[in-house]
Amino acid sequence: MNKIVDNDKRRFLTTAASIVVGGVGTIATAVPFVASMLPSAKSKAAGAPVEIDISKLEFGQQIIIEWRKKPVWIVRRSEETIRELSNIDNILLDPNSSNTNQQPEYCKNASRSIRDEFLVLIGVCTHLGCSPTYVPKIEAGSKNLGDDWNGGFFCPCHGSKFDLAGRVHKGVPAPKNLAVPPHHFIGNNRIRIGDELQGDV
Amino acid sequence: MLANLIGWIDERFPATKLWKEHLSEYYVPKNFNFWYFFGSLALLVLVLQIVTGIFLTMHYKPDTNLAFASVEYIMRDVEWGWLIRYLHSTGASAFFVVIYLHMFRGLMYGSYKQPRELVWIFGMLIYLALMAEAFMGYLLPWGQMSYWGAQVIISLFGAIPFIGEQLSLWLRGDFVIADATLNRFFAFHVIAVPLVLIGLIVAHIIALHEVGSNNPDGIEIKNYKDKRGIPIDGIPFHPYYTVKDIMGMIVFLFIFSSILFYIPEFGGWFLEHDNFIPADPFKTPEHIAPVWYFTPFYAILRAIPSMAGSAFPGVIAMGLSILFLFLIPWLDRSPIKSIRYRGIYFRIALVSFIISFLTLGFLGTQPVTGLYTLLAQICSTIYFAFFILMPFYTKIDNDKPVPKRVTFK
Repeated sequence: MNKIVDNDKRRFLTTAASIVVGGVGTIATAVPFVASMLPSAKSKAAGAPVEIDISKLEFGQQIIIEWRKKPVWIVRRSEETIRELSNIDNILLDPNSSNTNQQPEYCKNASRSIRDEFLVLIGVCTHLGCSPTYVPKIEAGSKNLGDDWNGGFFCPCHGSKFDLAGRVHKGVPAPKNLAVPPHHFIGNNRIRIGDELQGDV
Repeated sequence: MLANLIGWIDERFPATKLWKEHLSEYYVPKNFNFWYFFGSLALLVLVLQIVTGIFLTMHYKPDTNLAFASVEYIMRDVEWGWLIRYLHSTGASAFFVVIYLHMFRGLMYGSYKQPRELVWIFGMLIYLALMAEAFMGYLLPWGQMSYWGAQVIISLFGAIPFIGEQLSLWLRGDFVIADATLNRFFAFHVIAVPLVLIGLIVAHIIALHEVGSNNPDGIEIKNYKDKRGIPIDGIPFHPYYTVKDIMGMIVFLFIFSSILFYIPEFGGWFLEHDNFIPADPFKTPEHIAPVWYFTPFYAILRAIPSMAGSAFPGVIAMGLSILFLFLIPWLDRSPIKSIRYRGIYFRIALVSFIISFLTLGFLGTQPVTGLYTLLAQICSTIYFAFFILMPFYTKIDNDKPVPKRVTFK
């Protein structure tokens, strides 16, 4: 039997084995700690749909409700507003709502809504999560948005602009249109936000 | 009796050895000037923040329903609570004033250069930890600025491709900034980050005392030693510089208490006006801006437009703006340390860098408009040019001859 011991090899193998075993142990120990910082079962459960009565909403008016702790806006648009939407396609980044993550399939249309009149959006800027301000056409002056402002949403944090279908303007920090949450109408006067009905479209 | 006690301790713990190595026999260049106050001042502010912080935690409640009110409770109902809270909030800004001046000193006199690269790296890590500490501390009062500032910064992580969404969810512990976020920020702010900070500060000082302090001439005093092996141009830190630093501390505390007692909010710069409104997740304030010490980086973030449907480029630029600082020891190719003997290119570069940094700092506090965006883009370009062009302009610079011994009048 060969009695010569390769000490270098022995040292290398013990070091390698210690690193591997120690590393695996460290990672395994870290898992529970890292995972404990994920949303808890309680916060995951807090995502139930919400319902709201829209019968008293006037043209041009906005209401804000809470869904999954986020602001959801409902804006009632006049026929004129809806007609004007297509006028500014050239200054929009994604006028045809090509990014399918930002709205359900049934809202991938010119007005990004189920019923043209009612715009439903998650009021969280796609840039860094601020909540943009609703600036109707007549209030354009208050934010220095210029004479050609057709009404829409202005994010005070970094100056992103969105039109009245939540579509983002070109050349602003926000990269995507505002998201439309899953929603559907219950009868004529109620909207339910957070789930969708089969065949509601 | 006392000598016996010290002897008894020294046989078991190197008390006298440590005292000598780091104070009474730590030889420091004799030609320190004004700029050398800020290291010891940073230590003073650290102690102030830790002590006031401990007492604030005795009354503060890290709960979204209670946090805002508990801060007001400290301000109004707790004996001397207003003083402790204002010491802590003014101390936060003072910390950054002192650290920025300390870093500027390093840039001027080449204190980041061989053999002090690790002193600089540890210092930069301290700066990073301090930014994390300040950012998380700012969420705790649960005001409007606390909330929306945290929302924006955590969303920055969300802009990272592929893992961003999950990462920001993990950081928040909820789908929005919520109780889970506040609670964990409290844990990080009062224990995790301070522990890291103290460890890094110890490393910073050990590394410094290993290589010895730089000086305004950027000349190594170790090159000229007397028969006993002591640098000829060196004097013991204690008592010479302890006395000098105490003088600096007195002046500092004079200015600090003037602000503390007369303008603790500093016109909205130290405590922003909107932060006196409780956090409202549905309403972003008209104008949100971070506290002044973050605004240069915030301006860089805003200056970069989104590309290819992602806000990531701005986030990268902001990350790089800090990363580049880490690399200076290797970007600077000049053998000369101090600005006193460096050529015109480096001087121009440093001045333009400081001007662009200050301008960015101002722009970061302002609302976004076309002109300001353009200005921020110009200043960001200068900021990055300072680093990217550094290997070139420092190499061809017409540096001046350096004297053998430090100059001292």
